[in-house]
Amino acid sequence: MTSRAFEDLLRTLAPQVLGVLVRRHGQFFACEDAVQEALLAAATQWPGQGVPEHPRAWLVTVATRRLTDEWRSEHARREREVAVAVRQPAYAAVAPPADEEPPSGDDTLKLLFLCCHPTLPVSAQVALTLRAVGGLSTAEIARAYLVPEATMSQRIRRAKQRIEAAGARFTLPSAADRDERLGAVLRVLYLIFNEGYTASSGDELHRVELTGEAIRLARELHRLLPTDGEVAGLLALMLLTDAHRAARTGPDGELVPLAEQDRTRWDRVAVAEGIALVTEALTWSAPGPYQVQAAIAAVHAEAPTAATTDWPQIVALYRVLARIAPNPMVTLNQAVAVAMVDGPRAGLALLAPLGEDDRTAGHHRLAAVRAHLLELTGDRADARAAYLAAARATTSLPERRYLEVRAARLVC
Amino acid sequence: MLLIWNRPGFADELTEAERNAIFGEVDVIMKELTESGELVGGEALAHPSQTRTVRPAAGGTEITDGPFVESKEQFAGYLTVDCETPERAAEIAARWPDVRHGFGVLEVRAVMEQAGTEM
Repeated sequence: MTSRAFEDLLRTLAPQVLGVLVRRHGQFFACEDAVQEALLAAATQWPGQGVPEHPRAWLVTVATRRLTDEWRSEHARREREVAVAVRQPAYAAVAPPADEEPPSGDDTLKLLFLCCHPTLPVSAQVALTLRAVGGLSTAEIARAYLVPEATMSQRIRRAKQRIEAAGARFTLPSAADRDERLGAVLRVLYLIFNEGYTASSGDELHRVELTGEAIRLARELHRLLPTDGEVAGLLALMLLTDAHRAARTGPDGELVPLAEQDRTRWDRVAVAEGIALVTEALTWSAPGPYQVQAAIAAVHAEAPTAATTDWPQIVALYRVLARIAPNPMVTLNQAVAVAMVDGPRAGLALLAPLGEDDRTAGHHRLAAVRAHLLELTGDRADARAAYLAAARATTSLPERRYLEVRAARLVC
Repeated sequence: MLLIWNRPGFADELTEAERNAIFGEVDVIMKELTESGELVGGEALAHPSQTRTVRPAAGGTEITDGPFVESKEQFAGYLTVDCETPERAAEIAARWPDVRHGFGVLEVRAVMEQAGTEM
């Protein structure tokens, strides 16, 4: 088994094992710790000794033992629970018992809903999802988010305590709550994806793994909820975006904007899968924001060059997006598309109100788009000033480099 | 990043009780930031009299004792935090004893990231 396949196996089993434990014993806090230790044990023992015949049962047994060890060292009031737990046979060596429930996708879903609990700050939702559902270790998550392991481990500890304090239950939310909670789950997966994707490829290996993990979890969610159009839309959006990875950085690590990318380097397999997913979803589902964004990405993907892009189609899709999910960032992208159809001045007119909006007034992306459109109108001096304003406002080094280069080209 | 600028030697003018109270305030904030998972790192710097400044000079470089800027307030240390919003970082800075007791100022600066989005 390759190390990649081995990691995939452990990460697929992680939420299943955690689900079994939480269902049997409750106490999300303790179970999650125990599962992490079991995953660690597997990662050290299996490569040498081989993967056991029933890997999931093996992990459940080891995690249960860790749990009972923990209980043994605790107060006497836990004694009764210990008695129940230790009476269970070491069934790892034999087939799972008849009363063992089959691996349940519902558990993964319940875990996702639990980890994206509304009482948690978003950074904690992300960390907990990656650990409990993704099976990543605290050290891996800390590396990916460039914070010390102690910081990440506190963040996860606090998140678990908060979930327990809020009395959150390991159940599927009611139909009424479900859409809202699913929205939080999709947002967390998309944040994980973006965290990995905004990193340049090459040297930022750990972050690229985040993209892969977000896609894996979205795929799993799509398998569990095949009739949810937004889940399909998010997966399609991730695949279509990630397909650009090889083309979006130049030989010196500089950012290559969409219009200038070598499209022969886009991942055609991912593009085809993304297009198929979103096209199908849109036939039976009311379009949601992720589906529309995926549809826009699909129109880009279908064009052999930036110039041959079906811009009127993209403008129409942005109009839909602006209606169902109004947001200044949507207006910003819409302005670029409108400029391609009706000329840069039409695009600039659309941007005007964003300069008055607190959310975007000082945002580097507004300045960058203004700069681009001003350049198209031939106003080199104002375009240069806007590029420099954008360069000052961004906190991304590659982006600043890109914007400074654009400004330098406009020196009269 | 929260950059701490204060008047060198201010602590010498305090009573021991006052000094302990200030260190206690710092300990409380550090404990909170550790528990919330917002603390990324930080260092305190030695007294500015221990500084050396390296600057370009004719035929190479020149090394002199003392800080680069001669001013009442000097760079004394920094704290790196990972916050949800810039407002939260400013809120942490506002609680720092240097600000609360008037010994100095804190500057809140965003750290540049090595990554960027597609444009």
